[in-house]
Amino acid sequence: MSVAPTTTSAPALQAQGSASAQLLQETLALTKRLFLQLQRRPSTLVAGILQPLIWLVLFGALFANAPAGLIPGEVSYGRFLGAGVIVFTAFSAALNAGLPVMFDREFGFLNRLLVAPLRSRYSIVLASVLYITSLSLVQSVAIMGAASLLGYGWPGGSGLAVVLITLLLLVAAVTALSLGLAFALPGHIELIAVIFVANLPLLFASTALAPISFMPSWLGWLAALNPLTFAIEPIRAAYLGRFSLHAVVLNAPYGALTAGQCLLVLTLLSVGLFLSIRPLLDRKLS
Amino acid sequence: MIRLDRLSKRYGALQALDGVSLAVPQGCLYGLLGPNGAGKTTCLRILCTLLAPDAGQVSIAGIDALADPRAAREQLGYVAQEVAIDKILSGRELLELQASLYHLGSVAARRRIDELTELLGMAEWLDRRCGTYSGGMRRRLDLACGLLHSPAVLVLDEPTVGLDIESRAALWQVLQDLRDGGTTVLLSSHYLEEVDALADRLAILDGGRVIAEGTPDDLKRELGGDRVTLRVKEFATPQEAQAAQGVLQQLAGVRQVVINRAQGHAINLVMEGEGAALLERLRQQLDEASVPVFSLAQSRPSLDDVYLQATGRTLMDAELASVSSRDAKAEKKQAMR
Repeated sequence: MSVAPTTTSAPALQAQGSASAQLLQETLALTKRLFLQLQRRPSTLVAGILQPLIWLVLFGALFANAPAGLIPGEVSYGRFLGAGVIVFTAFSAALNAGLPVMFDREFGFLNRLLVAPLRSRYSIVLASVLYITSLSLVQSVAIMGAASLLGYGWPGGSGLAVVLITLLLLVAAVTALSLGLAFALPGHIELIAVIFVANLPLLFASTALAPISFMPSWLGWLAALNPLTFAIEPIRAAYLGRFSLHAVVLNAPYGALTAGQCLLVLTLLSVGLFLSIRPLLDRKLS
Repeated sequence: MIRLDRLSKRYGALQALDGVSLAVPQGCLYGLLGPNGAGKTTCLRILCTLLAPDAGQVSIAGIDALADPRAAREQLGYVAQEVAIDKILSGRELLELQASLYHLGSVAARRRIDELTELLGMAEWLDRRCGTYSGGMRRRLDLACGLLHSPAVLVLDEPTVGLDIESRAALWQVLQDLRDGGTTVLLSSHYLEEVDALADRLAILDGGRVIAEGTPDDLKRELGGDRVTLRVKEFATPQEAQAAQGVLQQLAGVRQVVINRAQGHAINLVMEGEGAALLERLRQQLDEASVPVFSLAQSRPSLDDVYLQATGRTLMDAELASVSSRDAKAEKKQAMR
């Protein structure tokens, strides 16, 4: 250390801005950090697009010669599959939301944040939500583009809005779940294990790859209770240009569900999950 | 400026702090001395609002840190022991992030970062990614993070562990300059010489309790009596040392005789009184008792003697004992949220 002991005794620097301006400042700074990390290590972004793309191509090809009428409503399998893979893309991305937080816990960076006079410690959570939401939407839109190039369609106009809103609701719910796990589990190994175990079974036990009418009844029940299904069906309807809040999109074993009901379930799920992880966050961040 | 009042903290069966009270005046460079596991880090983590005590009070600049932790945090700069740095960011980006967390305006932040860059000699590498930094560079960046908002109180946990001698001297200089500028500096250390040379006041912590508190000089003076180290040979056998010990215990003016195994069975004497005449008299006595003398050295009591007096073991012994009983996993768990 070559040190010129000059202006060590600078006058104390005053914090600036109103409470809300401070909250914005700290949230943006924390979000910027996550995006800088992504920019310099884009592998998660790329892998998050590559994996669903492979699903789309392989599954699309696998069932390309499926007999007509296989999917109810005279839809080609590729068009059917598109909605499922888009939802899966957003879901996988959101499921990883907890990882940066977990690494910060483990490596002590979180302590650095917690000794700072943050206006609200929820800015740490908020930054993660902002980051993962943008990341998963970017990946989903990339997959939508790829699906469209493969000839699996594109939701026009208001359909696009339906797709994005549905994805946002699902991403919010899954992000809450993942952040909760990031604070509840002891380390990143455990978190990755949970992500690994949750990911594919939830895909298969949904209507992403096949309609409920295809499934044995127990699996049909699972699929009809799976949150992914509640996101897939409204998006599928939007892709087919049949979206309306009152249109039945799912014939579940327990009854018919409209698109509006699906979205309502997703909304309640997001809100419920955020409320249920709140005590945990309060404890860990206090 | 800092007041800790009867702090207690328990981790499972381990009583990490057992009624620690401290008062650090403003503009004081205060040392917290003790072996690993004495409770220093726990103490500092509570002070920095990272950890809630089971009982006790914490006040910083008149703010009750337990009741209003956010206001307390604004007064505090904390340089932790384990340097947590985002390897992907550059040092400058980390400082900018830090500035936003302390709500500095962008102009003020830039000016302050430039200032610290010059003060700590970081200009050459600040724009490189943190992952490429050496230990000393990380330490400097971490210090810069702690100083960024010009806090009234700077808290450093073992700041010189692993630093080379030159960096350590430079860090000492920075801390002394800060103190001279009115900043209150509290640092923990298990290096006796560091606290002795640097601190205006200190507290010695052992087993979660404060066992001595005061200025280094006061503590040594209270202990009283000069120390003499006698070697009967360069490397004496235990028998030779014990024989000499028997004789020495009979001598007038000798208060205590201890054989120091770590120093080749040198014999440590605590004398009555102090001063140069003392050694002459002792030499004569040894001559008369025909105790062989290889070397004879006199010194003032050290902080180690203060520690020895209070705990019955040297700091080095306590350090060695704690190394074998440390539980790295439990410590990591304590530090994790």
